[in-house]
Amino acid sequence: MSEGAATNVVSHRRRRHLLEDKRVLAPVLIAPAVLFILALVGLPLLLAIYLAFTDATSGSLSGHWVGLANFAHEWRNAIFQQALWNTFWFTIISQVIVLFGAGILAHALMRNFRGKWFLRFLILLPWAAPIALGTIAFQWILDPTFSIFNWTLVHTHTIGTFCSVSGIANCSATSPPNWLGDPTLARISIICVHAWRILPFATVIFIAGIASIPNEVHDAAAVDGATGLRKFWYVSLPLQLPIAIVALLFGIVFTATDMTVAYVLTHGGPFNSTHMLTTWAFTTGIESGSLGAGAAVSLYLLPVLAVVAIGMLWAAKRAEVS
Amino acid sequence: MTLSATRARPPRRRVALKHTLTSWAIVLPFAAVLAFPFYWMVVTTFKKTTELYRLDRAPFWWHDGLTLVNITDLFHHTPYVRWLENTAFVGIVVVAITLVFALPAGYALARLSGRWGQAAGVAIFLTYLVPPTLLFLPLSRVISDLHLANSLGSLILVYPSFTIPFSTWLLMGFFKTIPPELEDAALIDGCSRIQALTRIVFPISLPGILTVVIFSFSLVVNEFIYAITFISSSHQRTLSAGVPTDLIRGDLVLWGGVMAATLIPSIPLALLYNAFLNRFIAGFTGGAFR
Repeated sequence: MSEGAATNVVSHRRRRHLLEDKRVLAPVLIAPAVLFILALVGLPLLLAIYLAFTDATSGSLSGHWVGLANFAHEWRNAIFQQALWNTFWFTIISQVIVLFGAGILAHALMRNFRGKWFLRFLILLPWAAPIALGTIAFQWILDPTFSIFNWTLVHTHTIGTFCSVSGIANCSATSPPNWLGDPTLARISIICVHAWRILPFATVIFIAGIASIPNEVHDAAAVDGATGLRKFWYVSLPLQLPIAIVALLFGIVFTATDMTVAYVLTHGGPFNSTHMLTTWAFTTGIESGSLGAGAAVSLYLLPVLAVVAIGMLWAAKRAEVS
Repeated sequence: MTLSATRARPPRRRVALKHTLTSWAIVLPFAAVLAFPFYWMVVTTFKKTTELYRLDRAPFWWHDGLTLVNITDLFHHTPYVRWLENTAFVGIVVVAITLVFALPAGYALARLSGRWGQAAGVAIFLTYLVPPTLLFLPLSRVISDLHLANSLGSLILVYPSFTIPFSTWLLMGFFKTIPPELEDAALIDGCSRIQALTRIVFPISLPGILTVVIFSFSLVVNEFIYAITFISSSHQRTLSAGVPTDLIRGDLVLWGGVMAATLIPSIPLALLYNAFLNRFIAGFTGGAFR
């Protein structure tokens, strides 16, 4: 009895001792999170790759191995090609807008001025609001009949000028632009909504990057006589580059792999002209039930993610060195 | 002396004024564009439906007075309240699960592990970049095999897959900012490391933990793809899946109610974001991007 208790105490003490050891404690604390992530990110990713090589549908329990057929079939599909181009251009154009906007905004918001908290609140709104719900507001703003833009254009008698300058087909005071019904306008609308929702987040990251530059750097630059553009080019820009790249990489991931904006705004329409890889994967895999083909479509996003991952590692390493 | 001081004041004030004006001139146009959809939500929410569809009047404000009918209709004649409850329920459970996994992991990565810990931290962060759009198809298969389809349980199982990496990363950043001397003192006083963790480190990190809670919760409120893939019945939906699918259907959309539905969750989230923004930045950049 007492012997058992004694060994119990000893084993208890040893267990406590083990937990005091960093080499034991660290894996014990980290393992649950890593296992969870492996089970719910790693395994599904492998399953996605497996599904892409089969003809699995949501009805049948298992598919047959079809090799690269899904990838090849999609590659020749006109809608897929359009979706690929859209994903590329939507991402590039919206991120260019975001980088310019965030650069200007972040520098302006670094200074303290009256009413800053109010403006900052307004700027953060698109980031804080759930994406699907913010996008719905744009559906109403761009409504074919009651669009606030069209009302303004018509009632300020500028619609004629707008139509001739923008070169939109079938555009006049009696048939104002159909923002989500015309392929080109719908694409522009999606790009703008993407830029609108990423801009606040990019601004926040930029502010963090600028704030992390130590004051000594500015002092040293002043001592060396660096001012204005020269200082920006040789001092501020290189120091802000890693964080700007982090913001850009996040923007790329959030835009290229997002389905919500395009799905809610246009559902890929009109005539499948505004699909992104994500919405096309959803249409193929869930709405048409071809799991294998849908998985193949979404896997075309992997190269983007690989590039982003490499970029992130580069930025992290650079930040570590400096 | 006093004379020169009073004389010196006006120019300085003028400089400050000029400073404020230039800042507003730069920021205000951005703020106006970014916030306009929310202004439009407010206008539409409180507008009478008869006025909403009149094109002969300036739509930017109210002419026939304000109404609460859109909001009361939303609460009484749609499953909106149910969606709010579902979202809150999933959010709270997922945040709790997330903390159980991410608190120990974030602490261990910040404090206990050396070089490989740094690498593991970056690896966990990179998994946050694997998007739901790559995983929803295989997961839809897994969910139906587990007989979780069309239940909130499916979301509770899957959502931690992105909240845990995100929160672990943020918490790692927060824990790095706490001086290790505090724990060393507790260890010398006879605490075990786990006790030091629960009695010293977690209480000090409470603001950081609160930030993680808020941002994880908002990730859950935001999530759209899993929610529309796994859940098909109206009453089991969450907010961001329910509003676009069940309130916007066919040609007759009651925009007053829809805009109320989008406005109601957005405003409290925006206030929380503002309150916790600085802490978010500290945690986010504290991890590695310094």
